[in-house]
Amino acid sequence: MLLFENFLLALSGLRANKMRSILTMLGIIIGIASVIAIMTVGSSMSGSITETMSEMGASNITVGLTQVSSSTEVTRSGMRFNRGPRYTQYSDDDLITEEMLEALQEAYPEDVTGYMLSKSVGSAQAKDGQLYANISITGGNQTYIENDRLTILAGRFFTDRDQEEAKKVCIVSDYFCNNLFNGDVDAALGSQISILLNGAYCHYTVVGVYEYDASSNFSSSSEEDTSTTLYIPLLTAFNQVHEDPAYSQLTLISATTTNVTSFMSTVEEFFNSKYYRKNESFEVSCSSLTSLMEEMTSMTGTISLAISFIAGISLLVGGIGVMNIMLVSIQERTKEIGTRKALGATNASIRTQFIVEAIVLCLVGGFLGIVIGCTIGVIAAHQMGYYVYPSIGGIIFSVAFSMAIGVFFGYYPANKAAKMNPVEALRYE
Amino acid sequence: MKGDIIIDAKNIIKRYYIGQPNELEILHGIDLTVREGEFVAIVGASGSGKSTLMNIIGVLDKPTEGRYMLDGVDVVAAKDKELSEIRNQKIGFVFQTYNLVSRTSALKNVELPMLYAGMKSGARRRRAKQLMEIVGMGERMHHNPDELSGGQKQRVAIARAMANNPSIILADEPTGALDTKTGRMVMDLFHGLHLEQGKTIVLITHSPELAEETERILTLSDGMIIGERRGLGHAPL
Repeated sequence: MLLFENFLLALSGLRANKMRSILTMLGIIIGIASVIAIMTVGSSMSGSITETMSEMGASNITVGLTQVSSSTEVTRSGMRFNRGPRYTQYSDDDLITEEMLEALQEAYPEDVTGYMLSKSVGSAQAKDGQLYANISITGGNQTYIENDRLTILAGRFFTDRDQEEAKKVCIVSDYFCNNLFNGDVDAALGSQISILLNGAYCHYTVVGVYEYDASSNFSSSSEEDTSTTLYIPLLTAFNQVHEDPAYSQLTLISATTTNVTSFMSTVEEFFNSKYYRKNESFEVSCSSLTSLMEEMTSMTGTISLAISFIAGISLLVGGIGVMNIMLVSIQERTKEIGTRKALGATNASIRTQFIVEAIVLCLVGGFLGIVIGCTIGVIAAHQMGYYVYPSIGGIIFSVAFSMAIGVFFGYYPANKAAKMNPVEALRYE
Repeated sequence: MKGDIIIDAKNIIKRYYIGQPNELEILHGIDLTVREGEFVAIVGASGSGKSTLMNIIGVLDKPTEGRYMLDGVDVVAAKDKELSEIRNQKIGFVFQTYNLVSRTSALKNVELPMLYAGMKSGARRRRAKQLMEIVGMGERMHHNPDELSGGQKQRVAIARAMANNPSIILADEPTGALDTKTGRMVMDLFHGLHLEQGKTIVLITHSPELAEETERILTLSDGMIIGERRGLGHAPL
């Protein structure tokens, strides 16, 4: 009850000394506002990164071959020898085979949803008389094609039969059509094209045309020479280069319920203990956007924490300002304190009164700081093009911290007031 | 009970700067007894030790030596917190300079002693309004002190002094800052409280005329009571 009365009293005190209160609160306001603004920008930044990356496929794990790291081993007889990759280029024997992938899927059917498999055949040129178009040929399985975010303008994707029977069909870009078919997409569909690959011609039937996204490719070559991707079925690609299906890199699509980070080490463990233990040069390692994302999030978190710490120093300065003004206020109100004591106020109730006053001063300052900080943070995050995520933790922290400043810097002046001698306080003019 | 001893002070001595070369004895052994329902005046010139005695009677200060029982409570032995409670419950102060807390309404000022007594806000408010009516301030109780005249402020102060129904009202030069007419009004208020409600009142003043209106006059000089006589009392209201 007394606390509430003190709260009202403190508020009316703030109103009575508006200018002084605002100046005193300024330190707190600036401190809290900068902490909040920084934390809002920080959380918006990491929130946006998370958002963007999950759009790009946070559940995808890239599985690839890497060279084993070098290390020195000492045998029992005391001989030292360097253990490290013997070869820098992997041979056919090192590659990840279909059997390995099937074994992995059988071992973890809950986690492995599918594989995005691809085979790069190489650069080539499609020719039709004088007309030509530069292409790079990529073979992909159904999962790969579906996950490559292609917008089909005409025709279709590959069918399962295309894949299984390694048909000589292809999907080309609209850009390709511009060069070879004068932009006539319908003419392109179903027509057979001749491709000059490694000095020999091969022939493919166009079954689909996708929209070429120029922004996703950086090419220095002139417009006519820009190379676009020509997709063919995966097996077709292996047939084209006369190889058995095996991969140096592939993408594993994990289930949405899977913990990507821990499953990554499971996958590495699976390959390296089972298939690559004896391989002296290569091992399998995994990476994913999720792990990258976690690193970036923690990095932005660290940066904003560091800046917040600096802003926290201004809070400290603000707190000292509060203490100063409380001391002045107590000096001015010595007679009031004496009167209150004469009316029966205990030391504790005087102390409470002034601590509450300091807390109210800081909380009002803190609240204004939060409002200003959020506004700045939201505007800044918006300007930088991030989705805005207000930092709830920052707000809670600020309220708690400004209250703590009130208690900490209010205690000394309040205690001074509480210990005043009533006779001397009453005599004070 | 009327006639019971309320203030019982024996051999009150007050010294300052104890143990230092400039040690100073202000009160040299004062005996003082006040009974319930009495209206007593303590008169003396400035420097006679009036204020020091008032502070001791009002439990704002402790005597260096001597015994002081207030309404059966040993004040000398009491701790800080108990002293606060004694001031809150047994004493109502009226100061020369009113000492109202600014920035809060007159009514809130009257509520203050009850607030410190831990009374609930509804009961507090009712009692404060009632007291404001008694001192004739029912009309202006929501004004802040700086919107009131001196006489009005002192009436609010008197209402505040009565808030916890104390054993004594201790008035230190209550008319000192007022003109004759409003001073008269304030004195009449004290007489009213004394005659109609049987309040015990100790009036500290330097004015012999005001002292004459009380029942008993103690004259203080140089830290000693040098005279005690009956006052004329108050003419009927």
